[in-house]
Amino acid sequence: MSPSQMLSKAPLVAAAVLASIAIAGAAKAQSATEIQLSYKDRKFDPAEISAPANTPIVIKLKNLDAKPMEFESKTLKVEKVVAAGGDATINVRAQKPGRYEFFDEYNEKVARGALMVK
Amino acid sequence: MIAALIIVFREVFEAGLIVGIVLAVTRTVPHRNAWIGGGVLAGVLAACAVAVFAGALSNLFAGMGQELFNALILIIAVVMLTWHNVWMARHGSELAGELRAAGQAVVDGSKSLLALAVVVGVAVLREGSEVVLFLYGVLAGGDTAWGVALGGFAGLALGAAVCLLTYWGLVKIPTRTLFATTTVLIALLAAGMAAQAAAFLEKANWLTMMDNVVWDSGWLLSDGSLLGKALHTLIGYTDQPTAMQLTVYLAILLVTFVLMRLFGGPVKAPQPARG
Repeated sequence: MSPSQMLSKAPLVAAAVLASIAIAGAAKAQSATEIQLSYKDRKFDPAEISAPANTPIVIKLKNLDAKPMEFESKTLKVEKVVAAGGDATINVRAQKPGRYEFFDEYNEKVARGALMVK
Repeated sequence: MIAALIIVFREVFEAGLIVGIVLAVTRTVPHRNAWIGGGVLAGVLAACAVAVFAGALSNLFAGMGQELFNALILIIAVVMLTWHNVWMARHGSELAGELRAAGQAVVDGSKSLLALAVVVGVAVLREGSEVVLFLYGVLAGGDTAWGVALGGFAGLALGAAVCLLTYWGLVKIPTRTLFATTTVLIALLAAGMAAQAAAFLEKANWLTMMDNVVWDSGWLLSDGSLLGKALHTLIGYTDQPTAMQLTVYLAILLVTFVLMRLFGGPVKAPQPARG
């Protein structure tokens, strides 16, 4: 194979690598624990959620308020803006057992909840 | 009002540090105020646009639009910062020296300024859209809006103070060592931003290799604290880095070093002029 032919194959190889990464990502997402969570009047419902340890977690959050909010957890390393009336998908990597607090950054004092990993 | 001040200050703190560094780096370059000011203004306008379309942006790429957008603009900033460092290694001495016609130096200088203006714009955009959303939410809500808005603007003013303090601190450094200092600062800034971009790609599940946490130094210095946040911005400190974030961080430092060696010139024999 001449150098120029090899060069022309480079985008193909790059695409194949990217595709395999995407497939690996999709496979990982399937094995995740999915949790539904809603937010209304500065309250999370349910205020406490739980998930098994050592598996990835996906939180599906619905913001039912007429204002944007920002879902944040320092211990889970998550920060995500959710538009008024919008929903958001939050990927959390596999965690050790423990209590992980989360809150709405715009109403940190009142709007709090926790994820129990067991 | 205090809560609003803290929220807004937390968001603009990082942008303040970055603008301060860029102002110090470019302090001898003509017309730099217009470029940096333009970068800040473009960042604010873009932040408003992002805030308005926050919902639509979120829904892109299977709900991962925000993460991918953040990763993309961070990568742009990394490229610009690295390019600036390499460019300065090549032309820095010429800019200060006598070889080039002043006109050409200004043209080249503004190329590098454009790169740094983009970096400033990106920093303002990233933090700014959250501030805009927060203030919008408060003003739309009606309750105690004025106190909160006042707190928000006080937070903005504090962010500007961080910017000025960073600038004054850096310009105190003698000119001889300023170049070396800012080169290192910018390389670390770029490496930290690249690691953050990797973190966003990990959150979007686009990057799943090497996602094990290498260490947890949260007990020593949480990256949520003010000092932790400052180090997060300046050198990319995070208390739970993954192997991928660490690799990307070191790779950017290595690439910057190699490129500066390859293209930097004053020590070696004069190179044929290119372009």
